[in-house]
Amino acid sequence: MDWVKILIDAGRAAVGVPAAAYALSAIGLNLQFGYTGLLNFGHVASMMVGAYGMAITVDRGGSMWLGVIVGILLALILGLILGIPTLRLRADYLAIVTIAAGEILRILVRSSWAEPVTNGILGIQAFADEFFDLNPIPVGLYGIGRFRFDERTVWVMILGWGLVAVVTLFMWKLTRSPWGRTIRAIREDEDAALSLGKNVFGYKLQSLMVGGAIGALAGMFLAIDQQNVTPDTYIPLLTFYAFTVVIIGGPGSLLGPITGSMIFWFLFEFLDGVMTGAVLNDWFFGWFEATDIGPIRFALFGVGLMWLMIYRPQGLFGSHEEMLIDAQ
Amino acid sequence: MPSSEAPLDDLARTPGVPKPDPILIVDNVQRTFGGLQAVNVQSLQIQRGTITSLIGPNGAGKTTLFNLLTGFDRPQHGDWHLNGGALVGIPSFRVARRGMVRTFQLTKSLARLTVLENMLVAAKDQVGESFWGGLFGRWRHIEAANEAKAMASLERFGLDHMASHYAGSLSGGQRKLLEMARALMVEPEVIMLDEPMAGVNPALTQTLLGHISALRDDGKTVVFIEHDMDVVQEISDWVVVLSQGTVIAEGPPAHIASNHDVIDAYLGLHHGEKP
Amino acid sequence: MLLAAIAFLAIVSMPLAALAENETIKGTLEKIDADAREPVEGVTITVEQGGDLIGSAVSDQNGAWEIPVPGAGEYVVRLEVETLPDGVALTDPERFELPDVSVRENQNKTARFNLGPGLSSGVSAWNRIGSLFVIGLKFGAIVALSSVGLSLIFGVTGLVNFAHGDLVTLGAVVAFFFNSPDLGGGWHILIAAIPAVLLVAGFGGLQEIGLWRPLRKRNTGLVSLIVVSIGLSFVIRYGILVAFSGLPRPYLNYAIQSDMQILGITTVPKNLAIIGFTLVVLALIGLFLTRTKLGTAMRAVSDNADLAESSGIDVSRVILVTWVVGAGLAGLGGVMFGISEQVQWDMGAKLLLLIFAAVILGGLGTAFGAMLGGFIVGVAIEMSTLVIPVEFKTAVALAILVVMLLVRPQGLLGTKERIG
Ligand SMILES: Nc1ncnc2c1ncn2[C@@H]1O[C@H](COP(=O)(O)OP(=O)(O)OP(=O)(O)O)[C@@H](O)[C@H]1O
Ligand SMILES: [Mg+2]
Repeated sequence: MDWVKILIDAGRAAVGVPAAAYALSAIGLNLQFGYTGLLNFGHVASMMVGAYGMAITVDRGGSMWLGVIVGILLALILGLILGIPTLRLRADYLAIVTIAAGEILRILVRSSWAEPVTNGILGIQAFADEFFDLNPIPVGLYGIGRFRFDERTVWVMILGWGLVAVVTLFMWKLTRSPWGRTIRAIREDEDAALSLGKNVFGYKLQSLMVGGAIGALAGMFLAIDQQNVTPDTYIPLLTFYAFTVVIIGGPGSLLGPITGSMIFWFLFEFLDGVMTGAVLNDWFFGWFEATDIGPIRFALFGVGLMWLMIYRPQGLFGSHEEMLIDAQ
Repeated sequence: MPSSEAPLDDLARTPGVPKPDPILIVDNVQRTFGGLQAVNVQSLQIQRGTITSLIGPNGAGKTTLFNLLTGFDRPQHGDWHLNGGALVGIPSFRVARRGMVRTFQLTKSLARLTVLENMLVAAKDQVGESFWGGLFGRWRHIEAANEAKAMASLERFGLDHMASHYAGSLSGGQRKLLEMARALMVEPEVIMLDEPMAGVNPALTQTLLGHISALRDDGKTVVFIEHDMDVVQEISDWVVVLSQGTVIAEGPPAHIASNHDVIDAYLGLHHGEKP
Repeated sequence: MLLAAIAFLAIVSMPLAALAENETIKGTLEKIDADAREPVEGVTITVEQGGDLIGSAVSDQNGAWEIPVPGAGEYVVRLEVETLPDGVALTDPERFELPDVSVRENQNKTARFNLGPGLSSGVSAWNRIGSLFVIGLKFGAIVALSSVGLSLIFGVTGLVNFAHGDLVTLGAVVAFFFNSPDLGGGWHILIAAIPAVLLVAGFGGLQEIGLWRPLRKRNTGLVSLIVVSIGLSFVIRYGILVAFSGLPRPYLNYAIQSDMQILGITTVPKNLAIIGFTLVVLALIGLFLTRTKLGTAMRAVSDNADLAESSGIDVSRVILVTWVVGAGLAGLGGVMFGISEQVQWDMGAKLLLLIFAAVILGGLGTAFGAMLGGFIVGVAIEMSTLVIPVEFKTAVALAILVVMLLVRPQGLLGTKERIG
């Protein structure tokens, strides 16, 4: 088995485009779940409205920049519509409504009724030319050895990690402020926050909307990279990925989503390499075939999520003191 | 030691008696759970600037009454006013902002915030608490002032050495203290304490009683639920007895201690029956 | 490596397939009567893949229809018989569904349905409504069976188990192995159902002892438990995918049945059998809950665990029994689902949101609510296709769920408590 190659590929994945996208998505979810304690299982819906907002705007002749604004506005509206009726519900009920709302939205987007706008299940393609035309990087491969990316990927990575940096700065400002402290208080105990005069509902709504807008940015970024949006991309699995990233990095930690996403993608690719090698070398006594690798990886993903939540709920690097008092 | 001016001494000792300067007026508040009448208070007035104890057997409806008055629960029926302003239907957080803050029988510490953060969350008038204020507002000097105030308060409650620890690492008694100190950061006019002494060690009880008396001396109104009759005797200006949801007696502590109805209620006998 | 890379890309960037050009499936519906040909308008055709609806279309005045598909692959094309006008019927009533229409890249594939005058003159409104109602009841029975366990477990432990749908799949798959002549004993499915239900019930008990009980002892919070159950659902679902493969497969028995007429309604016998059998099982569960000591203990724990504990009920044991019974019922639901449709690795996961809908509609924590909710959801889903396009039928159930949570979160049969 070529360990060097496997490690390099995993390293590429850790800094690559999907890692940036999931870091961004997880930052939004972290605001909702990590800081405010909202169990939002419909996070993927904000990614979807972000991506579709942009794609449709460009499809109708608008510019990409207008598309970005439309996408963010749609996510804010979605947060408002979803939040007003649901944020008074307990965590488990909130989880069920939000996952259902996300699925309803996906069914609507892929339906023939919405097809004139969304193009149904086929989705919309090639709406980010404007972005790629701006690419100043000369054609070529950048990096050393196998650890190389072409100019298009580098350009997308710059956008992705640039966005991650800007949004993290914004989150730093926000969560270090008294506003951030108040949402953490709400996460710990709503009634206590209410008794101290905090408008819990208002804070939750703000957190849901802002987190959703960040999720929309992540959705747009993924869509730009692929030059493609289709409704069936936006399944609940994406939300659960984002949850895993948040939990790896530590819910309520500022840089957690970034380290979480890098570790997540590193492990995902590493496992893939190792298992592929193992199947080729027949280490599994022929029990598994190459086509089983995808499913096995998902099963391991489930094991990892359970393990994290049980033994490391404060993230891989969570503080010991915090771990001791965890009693969510 | 009941206050020496004792404007309440001349009042009739009947349930619902009007007070000379009431800050809180409760009218016919009723709450039932299923078939159970948890609270049914015809009339109750709380005198401004006094310490009023609310006593009664387990399940008498004391906590439920607190919940109702502070907007944490909704009554089927009833009306109540704080400083002349109606509070019916006002959400709990607005009740707190209007100057009536409560603590909880089961302590609610914000476990993964530090003790100091617990205090700062409660501070009033912090512009940085709004979304835009937090991002762009000039909140740091307010924060510094709040911090000084919070530390002073923590010192009084003997928690200053824990300031940078997570509240979740405090002991049960310390949490009670923190919750009370935190409630005071809101600068309420009326503070409602639900069994603040429960679980606090006897040595600290005296200190706590000192704090509560000090609150009255600052002109605040204190309503507190307590089971320990010695404590009640020692500190309150006025005692209200609740049994099966209704006020069965009220009066100065000395009067209450000898009241038959109260003794009956605690012994679990039905109101009116003579032993 | 290549395969793995493709799998990887497919997961990371699922829409890859859609980048291909314009694949469609199309056709023209004509009624052929002696020598006369006549276009048939207003008939709904749907295309599915792996149980997911891909698209639907209604034939125009020329009888033509066309449905774009996301790429090359195998599709199921179905003519919605209820939408045929009076006096038109399939010449072969069995062939309302073309199970494997394979589309190549850039192909406009033609799919053909043969229509004739038919024996009866079309399908009467009564038959149409009636047969949908029966299908709805059947689906409702499956949802109800699967939901009771979720609701009971929530009642006694407070856990919303996101892995419950995968217990349904597990039941169907285990039964498949016993039913299969190559892999198991080739037992009749009704026999194979017995070990399947027992094994899933045992698995439920093991889960409780090995996972949930220790977590409760550690005072793990609600939110963490939910996330753990999501992790578990991945383990079960993808474990099944490895063991069972991604192909949908039918049981040996009852896979194909010919239509029967009852009270003027066309249906297949297995639908009625599933409804009847489920009603019996649910009645037995009802008796168990109300008449036996264990059942009443279960309801007592559900009401107030502390009170039950202090009145001498062994709460731990009651919870264990609830897990065993709840998981067993989910497994049974899976077998019924497999008989009704086919066995597929993610059939239960797809059912999960409908189970949630049923349980919340009836009242989370109440067994009878889950039964009622299940039937309402099943019937609502199927009957909704009378008035709105089929592609929205899942959305209908989810909309019921959302609306119910907003207007009456305790559900139809739940008692009001604090859930806010
Ligand atoms: N949410 C609720 N649902 C149903 N019944 C309730 C609820 N809250 C309180 N009760 C009932 O109302 C009655 C009054 O309860 P409450 O908690 O107000 O008593 P209390 O006077 O504070 O007692 P204690 O001294 O034990 O704290 C009790 O019989 C209790 O069982
Ligand atoms: Mg009480």
